[in-house]
Amino acid sequence: MFKSLALIRESIVGMVGLALILFWVFVAVFADVIAPFPPNATIMPMALPGMEGPDGAVFWLGTDHIGRDILSRIIHGSRRVLIFAPLATFCAYAVGIPMGLAAGYRRGMTDDVLSFIGNIILSFPVLVLYVIIIATLGASAINILVAVTFASAPGIFRIVRGLALDLRNREYVFAAETRGESPWRIMMIEILPNARGPLIVDACLRLGYVIITIGVLGFLGLGLPPPDPDWGGMINETRSMATSFPHMTIFPVIAISSLILGFNLLADGLREVSLRD
Amino acid sequence: MLVFIVRRLGTMVLTMVVVSILLFLLLEINSAGVAIKVLGPYTSEEQRNLWLEANGYFRPIYIRYFSWLGNFIVGDFGDSIRFKVPVGEILWPRLASTGILGLAAMAVVIPLSLILGVLAGMREGSTLDRVISVGSIVTTSIPEFASAVFLSTIFVFYLDILPGTSSMSDGFSVVQLILPAMVLILYDFGYVTRMTRASMAEVMTTHYIRTAVLKGLPYKTVIMKHALRNALIAPFTVIMLQINWLLSGVIVVEFAFAYKGFGALLLEASLNQDLFMIEACAMVAVFVAVITQMIADIGYTYLNPRIRFA
Amino acid sequence: MTGNGSSRHDKYDGPILECKNLSISYFTRAGEIPAVVDFNLTLNQGDSVGLVGESGCGKSTVAMAIMQYLGNNGGIVGGQVIYKGRDLATLSEEELRQLRGNEIAMVYQEPMASLNPSMTLGRQLMEVPLYHEHVSEAEAAKRARKILADVNLPDPDRVMSSYPHQISGGQQQRVVIAMALLSNPSLLLLDEPTTALDVTVEAGIVELIAEIAKKFNTSMIYISHNLGLILATCGRVNVMYSGVVVEEGAVDVVFDHMRHPYTKGLFNAIPLPSADKTARPLVAIRGQLPLPHERPAGCYFGPRCDFFQAGRCDVPAHGSTLAMSSVDGRPGHEVRCARWSEIDWDAHKPEGVSGEETPMGDEVLSITNMRKYYELHDNSIAAMIKGKRVRYVKANESISFVAHESETVAIVGESGCGKSTFAKVLMGLETATDGEVLFNGDDVSSQSVQKRSPKQVGSMQMVFQNPFDTLNPSHSVGSQLARVIKKFGVETDKDRIENRVMELLDLVKLPRDFARRRPRQLSGGQKQRVGIARAFAGNPAMVVADEPVSALDVSVQAAVTGLLMDIQREFRTTLLFISHDLSLVRYLADRVVVMYLGSIMEQGTTDEVFAPPYHPYTEALLSAVPIADTSIVKKRIILEGNLPSVMNPPKGCPFHTRCPRKIGHICETKTPPFAEDGEGHIISCHIPMDELRKVDPVIVQADSKSDQPAAE
Repeated sequence: MFKSLALIRESIVGMVGLALILFWVFVAVFADVIAPFPPNATIMPMALPGMEGPDGAVFWLGTDHIGRDILSRIIHGSRRVLIFAPLATFCAYAVGIPMGLAAGYRRGMTDDVLSFIGNIILSFPVLVLYVIIIATLGASAINILVAVTFASAPGIFRIVRGLALDLRNREYVFAAETRGESPWRIMMIEILPNARGPLIVDACLRLGYVIITIGVLGFLGLGLPPPDPDWGGMINETRSMATSFPHMTIFPVIAISSLILGFNLLADGLREVSLRD
Repeated sequence: MLVFIVRRLGTMVLTMVVVSILLFLLLEINSAGVAIKVLGPYTSEEQRNLWLEANGYFRPIYIRYFSWLGNFIVGDFGDSIRFKVPVGEILWPRLASTGILGLAAMAVVIPLSLILGVLAGMREGSTLDRVISVGSIVTTSIPEFASAVFLSTIFVFYLDILPGTSSMSDGFSVVQLILPAMVLILYDFGYVTRMTRASMAEVMTTHYIRTAVLKGLPYKTVIMKHALRNALIAPFTVIMLQINWLLSGVIVVEFAFAYKGFGALLLEASLNQDLFMIEACAMVAVFVAVITQMIADIGYTYLNPRIRFA
Repeated sequence: MTGNGSSRHDKYDGPILECKNLSISYFTRAGEIPAVVDFNLTLNQGDSVGLVGESGCGKSTVAMAIMQYLGNNGGIVGGQVIYKGRDLATLSEEELRQLRGNEIAMVYQEPMASLNPSMTLGRQLMEVPLYHEHVSEAEAAKRARKILADVNLPDPDRVMSSYPHQISGGQQQRVVIAMALLSNPSLLLLDEPTTALDVTVEAGIVELIAEIAKKFNTSMIYISHNLGLILATCGRVNVMYSGVVVEEGAVDVVFDHMRHPYTKGLFNAIPLPSADKTARPLVAIRGQLPLPHERPAGCYFGPRCDFFQAGRCDVPAHGSTLAMSSVDGRPGHEVRCARWSEIDWDAHKPEGVSGEETPMGDEVLSITNMRKYYELHDNSIAAMIKGKRVRYVKANESISFVAHESETVAIVGESGCGKSTFAKVLMGLETATDGEVLFNGDDVSSQSVQKRSPKQVGSMQMVFQNPFDTLNPSHSVGSQLARVIKKFGVETDKDRIENRVMELLDLVKLPRDFARRRPRQLSGGQKQRVGIARAFAGNPAMVVADEPVSALDVSVQAAVTGLLMDIQREFRTTLLFISHDLSLVRYLADRVVVMYLGSIMEQGTTDEVFAPPYHPYTEALLSAVPIADTSIVKKRIILEGNLPSVMNPPKGCPFHTRCPRKIGHICETKTPPFAEDGEGHIISCHIPMDELRKVDPVIVQADSKSDQPAAE
């Protein structure tokens, strides 16, 4: 893992991706210092980018329909994305990995049952699943986390299962079996560490996808409740004015796209360097 | 092959049954809740009980499930709470609109991404490959809601050559179809392109391509007769599975452009707790997904002689 | 255009192919990596030249350079490849295309991978005449069918309409050869054409290649790591080491009077089925192949050579290495060595693996009538209707033999013979369906590994085949060894475990600091050594070694084999040595068990099995082994037909479908009895023992009397 992370330096695409991600991480960490205005303060409605506020401060990206500074909201909104997306992805992996390992290593009934469940969930168009879950359970942080875990875990399950099916035939696994190691130890110590390469690439892609999902939910009005800034929500709130005041939507759009692009480029770079040797 | 199809059909039916049970449990297990949703929150306990009684909600749960399922199979989805008409009357035209949108998008996505993917994968590492690869990553990184806003800004605000909504209130309009279709295309073509590229690039490194080249076949023949046949097996599956994805994608796009299609319907139904509509939409969505999945599997098997003649 | 092929040979009478000072490099991120340096070769009409060497010596790169197909990152950096007077580097892409597959054709190592999986074989064959001679479809099909018959494929029509996966590996290779021959090429390149095949199938392919050379008068370059195959197929040989040819000449001259210390080392490192460990101990070449950028100046073999002399061998005399010099008196025999004329081979007796016999001890393993059947669920509709949903695959049938303390028992057989299943049952990963497996007096036949005590588990361990995945790449060598020690309860204290790890590394002659290394930092041979250390961690009474050296280069093979034997002798371990390599088995085994499709065909002491009476299968197997010794004459037995599938084995004697000595109906219907010839030598055959005794030995020393088996 650390080897491929070190090797990422040799992939331009990967480095660009990493830079984008690190930029947003930096922004999120120092949001309070960087943001020129409090994110939820209504100051001056409909200001265009570059306009000066009442006390001489500049709205670099303008303000929204109720007068909140867009730059500050984007800066603070990054926190929510960068906490939620990794957390949700982590939960999905925490569920998908053990199930995938069990199905791929033990095969037989375990595999049949788990695969069937996974396929049923995967047969739902993802967003249909989200919409139904959130609409039924209500929009809250926990429910979004549950929905993302529930919808992503089968995909992770499938990947891990495939890797385990391949790795279980390696001689070192056979060696562990011949010395009577427990299945749990074989799965976690002998198989899982060797599956990390493809899983890291997948995690990057999935992070990008979860960011999209969280954005979409916000956009559809099913996201986290206002007033705290949420990139998808920002776009939703202002999109009716997009044709007259494009700055209100276009900057959050750029923010969310650049972060997703960062993860996708990093995934591509990691895959490229891992294929090299 | 026949056995395979029969078995696949079996799994499909089983999947649908399980999905129907899940939906039933999720949405109808709480019959009091159903009554509130149907009759509204300001009804009395008595009124609700009367309604529940009349609609057979006091029967044992398995009987309720089977009668629900039976109605479903014959196409009786119940009445929409919101529109006060049978669900089918609303659902089918909406599904047709979405079908048109999906077809329009796919008609561009499939040829475009196959051609770009093959061109990129043919010579891995070439400038063309790099441009196509990075380009497809960038476009898939822009979520649909983002590109909807983005494209609207360009074509509606700055250029003013396309309408900003696609509600088609004055009948069908091709012009109104352009923006929603473009959003779908922009997001989706990158993914299919990358899959095609990966498949093609992998095939190009195989030993049988080396054999074909060293057999003295012209490069064009190597690509057309030896590489493509094998390289397009994987993208075929990917494309079929895109239909499943499309059902997700249309929710956002239809919402963004006020296009009256299936996705918007499902979203509205969910937001308005239009219970029977949600059930019908979900079942239809899963049915479409499962059917395409099955076609993808059968097609994969058919295209792959190693499995076909196993 | 018909007759193009035959007329082509008459028009041109110069050499078919010349490589002049050819140097080939690959370009990677780390810089230029020279793969082949200063390669020279002249090939005349009808010549067959072998390129032999260990992995990474550049032999396949030469073939690809001749094909002008080095990929994006490879290129010819010096010298020329001249085909019939034309420098291939000057040809246009179109001119090259017309040569490839038409005048220069190639046969590859892995037939399955070399054929397009989604195109019928007929189509793939027909393409050659269609694109090179622009004949009609019908004519192309006719030619394809004819050539399939020429390569002895039964039922060409069926093959024509089949996809590659529908025919066996041997048949696939015949199709690839047919494809290469279709245009009647002037030059045929064969890159390890039999490496992926079983030995009896290999024999058929080798014979076919020899036939072709004669029949079509094609010039051939045969690339192989196996000296025996070169002897069977080639007139001349080039021995390559680390990118350079170190010795070349006529095959019998090089094989009998080699002058380069590396060539000599190779021959000393390979076992011959005509000799055992006491008669001819193996000598490993010390050290390991240098990576291309670590090659020393002067002689690349210098650091591993016993005759290395500073000031002479490490001085570049020709580019970065030495020049070839002619060995006088023998035309065409050249050697790249500064001291070849000074070395007195007779005075040099390298210390080999000592072959002293160790007395056998008590019985450690006793197997009686062990059977292992797998249930196979048939889900087809037909089976459902008939109600025969479950079929049995007989992976092991009536296995009986014993092994003693300090004894080496070899289990020999080709793919599908049931070796792996047998090992799994022994190790407790599968349980036997029936029969008894007594290990140290306990019946373990139905005891899975989870139910065995740590001591039982530790006293029976395994060495695996593939060095690339015998060790877990995620954990350090030391931690993997420590885990085994802890698991078997040999030591519990942390420091003592550490000590024991060091002892084990000493035991397998690896430096102690390897404990901290990751497997990827080790060479193949070193990984196998760690694998051996792991197997011996629990002081085992018995070690099962499953093809432990088959994936290693010959020079490394000898060292690892020697190490395994030394350790076994030291601890008086019982060694079950599973192998397909009869030469190696002859070399180190005390007893041999020959298996075919799950059943034992023959067993006895090594001398008994390698001399008549033979089971007909043993006889065929012995005849199929390529032997790198010009003084050996072998009886020629080529088995017809395919190896049957284990899923659907023949009734009666499993070998009857391919048996050259089949006596009739009884072979097809009745399982043959176990007939005994002297104590412990058992042959399972319907042919009466008296008949079998009359059979001539397969391997005979040419200068000895023909009735004297070479083994004696």
